Amino acid sequence: MSLNRREFLGAGAAAVAGTAIAPGIRLIELASARSPEDAVSMQQRWGLLIDSSKCAENCSACVSACHEENGVTDEGSPTTDAQWIRKVTVKNPTSGYSHSLPLMCQHCESPPCADVCPTGASFRRADGIVLVDKHICIGCRYCMMACPYKARSFIHETITDQKADAPRGKGTVESCTLCVHKVDRGDGTTACAEACNKEGHSAILFGDLNDANSEIARRLKTEASQQLRADLNLNTGVRYQGF
Amino acid sequence: MKKVHYTMIEGTSLGFWSLLAILGAFIAAGLASSYYMEHHGHIVTGMTNQIVWGTPHVFAVFLIVAASGALNVASIASVFGRKLYKPLGRLSALLALTLLTGGLAILVLDLGRPDRLIVAMTYYNFKSIFAWNMILYNGFFVIVGAYLWTMMEHRMNRFTKAAGMAAFIWRLTLTTGTGSIFGFLVARQAYDAAIMAPMFIIMSFSFGLAIYLLVLMFAYRWTERPLGDAVVYRLKNLLGVFVASVLYFTLAYHLTNLYVTEHHGVEGFILLGNNGGEIYSKFFWIGQIIAGSLIPLALFYMPVFGKSRFFIGVGALLVVIGGLCQMFVIIVGGQAYPMSLFPGMEVSSSFGDGKVADYSASLPEVMLGLSGIAIALAATAFAIKVLPFLATSLADEVADPHYQANDAATGAEASA
Repeated sequence: MSLNRREFLGAGAAAVAGTAIAPGIRLIELASARSPEDAVSMQQRWGLLIDSSKCAENCSACVSACHEENGVTDEGSPTTDAQWIRKVTVKNPTSGYSHSLPLMCQHCESPPCADVCPTGASFRRADGIVLVDKHICIGCRYCMMACPYKARSFIHETITDQKADAPRGKGTVESCTLCVHKVDRGDGTTACAEACNKEGHSAILFGDLNDANSEIARRLKTEASQQLRADLNLNTGVRYQGF
Repeated sequence: MKKVHYTMIEGTSLGFWSLLAILGAFIAAGLASSYYMEHHGHIVTGMTNQIVWGTPHVFAVFLIVAASGALNVASIASVFGRKLYKPLGRLSALLALTLLTGGLAILVLDLGRPDRLIVAMTYYNFKSIFAWNMILYNGFFVIVGAYLWTMMEHRMNRFTKAAGMAAFIWRLTLTTGTGSIFGFLVARQAYDAAIMAPMFIIMSFSFGLAIYLLVLMFAYRWTERPLGDAVVYRLKNLLGVFVASVLYFTLAYHLTNLYVTEHHGVEGFILLGNNGGEIYSKFFWIGQIIAGSLIPLALFYMPVFGKSRFFIGVGALLVVIGGLCQMFVIIVGGQAYPMSLFPGMEVSSSFGDGKVADYSASLPEVMLGLSGIAIALAATAFAIKVLPFLATSLADEVADPHYQANDAATGAEASA
C-alpha cells in the first residue's frame, strides 16, 4: 500500500493532533483519579459503608484479614493486645433484638484524637484518613482517652515480624489506617472489605464519598445510613446502615 | 512584729542524711521501675487499652495540682498583702517548684516513649490542651523562679508584688489547663464538664496547702525552730475552708450529673458501686469524703483537736490521702466505666465494650508514683540546706502582725 501526498499529510495531521490532545484527555482522567505518586488531596474522602444487616454474627473474617494485612498479632493478652477492628454485638435491651457489626477508627472529619494530640502525631490526611505518625508519637495515650469509639490501641510490648506497609512500635498508639497502603497503591479496597466480599456477605463497602459516581456515594444518597455517636457531630468517614 | 531572718538549715545530722537516703532509695526504685516498664513495655503494668492512664497519672496529676496550690501561701502575701504570710513565701514557692518537678518526672517516665521528650518540646499542636500545658509547666518554672529571686534578693524585693501577681495568674491558668485535660474529653461519661477546671483549682488550694502545712510543721519541729500558733492556726483554718470548698464542688458536680438521666449509670457506678464499681465508691466515700474531708474538718475545727499540732498534722495528712483517692476516682474510675457507643443499647465485644474495665496497680507503677513524691521532698530538703528558704523563727512575736506581748497567752487561743 502506498500513500499519496494528500493521504500522508492527512494521517500526519491526525497523528500530530492525537499526540497533542492525548495528554489533555489523560489530564482529565488524572483530575478524577489520583496516581500513587501524587500528593493526597481533598478531592477524595475515603470511607466505608457498613451494612450491619448483612454482617453475620459469628463471622470475623474482616478482623482476621485486617490483622493479617497489617501484622497485628495476637500476643495472648486480650486487654493489652491491639485491635484495629473488632466485632461488636449490639442488643436492644427492651426488644431483645441483637445484631453484630465491625467497628474500627471512624476516620472523623474533626477527629478528637488529633485535637488532643500534643505533638500532632495524630493527624487527618487531606483525603480523610486519620493516621498516627509513629515518629513523633510520644505514647501519652491522650488520644485513647479522647476517642469516642475506643478505636485506638497502645503497643504494650515488643513487636516482631512487622509488615513493611504497616510500621508499628512499642510505646506508641495505633489504629485502623483504612489500609492506607492499599489506598495509595490504587487497590480501591481495604482488607476488611475484601474479606467480607470473599465470605459472600458484602457488608463492607469501601469508596470515595466525594465521588458522586462511586457506589458508596450513590448508596449514601439513596439509602438510609447513620454515623455512630452522630450527636458528637464529628462527620465520620465510616457510615453504618441496617440498625 | 520583729524583722524576719532567713537561714539555711544545718543539714549535717545523721537524721538529715538518713532522710535523704530513704528518699533517694524511693527515687532509685522509681527510676528502676521506669526502666523496667520501658524495657518490657507497659505490659508489665496494670494499664491496658481500657485503662490507659493508671497509678502513675494519679500521683502525677495530684502533684502537679498540689504544686500550683502550694504557691498560694506566697500569693496571699504578695498579691493580697497579708503580712502573716510573708515569711512563709519562700518555702511556698520552693514547694511549688519541687512538687511540679516530681509530678512531671512521673508523667514523663510513664510515657510510651520518654526518650522522645524532645519531640514533645519541639512539636506543638496548639489545639491540644496537653501542648499548652507543656508551655504552662515550663513557664511556671521560669516565673516562680523569678518570683523566688525577687523574694530572696533584697535589691529585687520591689518587684516581688509584680512577680507574685504574674505567678498567681499563671498558676490559675496552669490548673485550669490541668483540669481541662479532663474537661475537654467529649467522649467519656465522667468527664466532658466545664466544672473540672474550677474544681481542679480549688483542689489545688487544698492539696497544696495540706502539703505546705505538713512540710512546715515537720521542718520546724525537726530543726527546733520556733513555730508559733498564729501561723499554724491560720493555715489550718484556711485549709479547712479549702477542704469544704472541694466538697462543695464535688457536690455540685455529682448533683448536676444526677439530674441528667444520661449520667445515672456512671453516677451509680461511682457513688453506689453499681456494676462492679465497688472499689471506686469505696475510694470515694471512705477515702475522699470521710477520711479526706469530714475527719480533717472535724480535726481542724473541733476545739478538742484544733489546738493540737499532732491532730492538725494528721488532718493535713488525711487531706493528702483523700486527694490521692479523689484523683484515683476521677482518673481511673472515669476510664473504667464503659463508654456509651450505642446509647440505650447493650453492647459486647472482644475489646471490652459495654464492660467495666478491671484495673489493679502493679508494683512498678506504685513505685514510680511514690518516687515523684520522693523527688519533691528530697529536692525541698536539699534546697533548704543550701539556700535560706526558712525563716529562723516563726514565733508569734515574729510572724503575727497583731502580736502584742501582753496578750501572748490569749492571742493564740483567739485565732484558733
